[in-house]
Amino acid sequence: MVTNITSFSRSGLSDWIIQRASAVVMAVYTVFLVGYVLFHPQLDYATWSGLFQQTWMRIFSVLAFVSLAAHAWVGLWTVTTDYIKPTCIRVATQSVIILAIFVFLVWGIQVLWGA
Amino acid sequence: MKSKRPVNLDLNTIHFPLPALTSITHRITGVILFIGLIFAFWALDASLSSEEGFEAVRDALAHNFFAKLVAWGLLSALAYHFVAGIKHFIMDANIGVTTEGAVKKAQITIVVSVVLIILAGVWVW
Repeated sequence: MVTNITSFSRSGLSDWIIQRASAVVMAVYTVFLVGYVLFHPQLDYATWSGLFQQTWMRIFSVLAFVSLAAHAWVGLWTVTTDYIKPTCIRVATQSVIILAIFVFLVWGIQVLWGA
Repeated sequence: MKSKRPVNLDLNTIHFPLPALTSITHRITGVILFIGLIFAFWALDASLSSEEGFEAVRDALAHNFFAKLVAWGLLSALAYHFVAGIKHFIMDANIGVTTEGAVKKAQITIVVSVVLIILAGVWVW
């Protein structure tokens, strides 16, 4: 089996299943959020923050953020590995991407629980 | 790749069938969405931080041209990426994995995305 030490799971097959599973989670989350905002045309702060104070919504959101992190890495790893051939530039770019993903993940969790 | 075969990578001379174009667009929208996360997380953060923050986000989306443009742009990228992603699942299920099937699915991807992008535009503007 061919492995690549920089890919998410070091296996194309694992990357593939992670990409699909995370896509399903984010699709459900996206449809829910868009539907929620559409069905609340007069949305106010109390309702909106009340939604995100529910335990199930926080679990749902963290699940979506973790899925986003994995999905972004698998996708951007594929794209950067395909198009950036010089190793040093590619690894530098991928390092910046990993850092950005980590920042988004921590930021998202902080938003959910309030700093 | 140590092959001696001639390699042609001149993009100007290569014909891109529709599925190739929808595939590269899937990648481009993915990259756009990742960059756009800055705006999405900022909006979520502000909207949940306080009453004032929530009103600021709602106000921006209601009156600020730039905010509307970013929102529509990101929703459009999301719509396309979503539809093209569903196409991947259909291909994974081994449905229509032929030259004709690929072109047809690419066409459907474009049509459905355009409809969703127009709907998103109506919603935002």
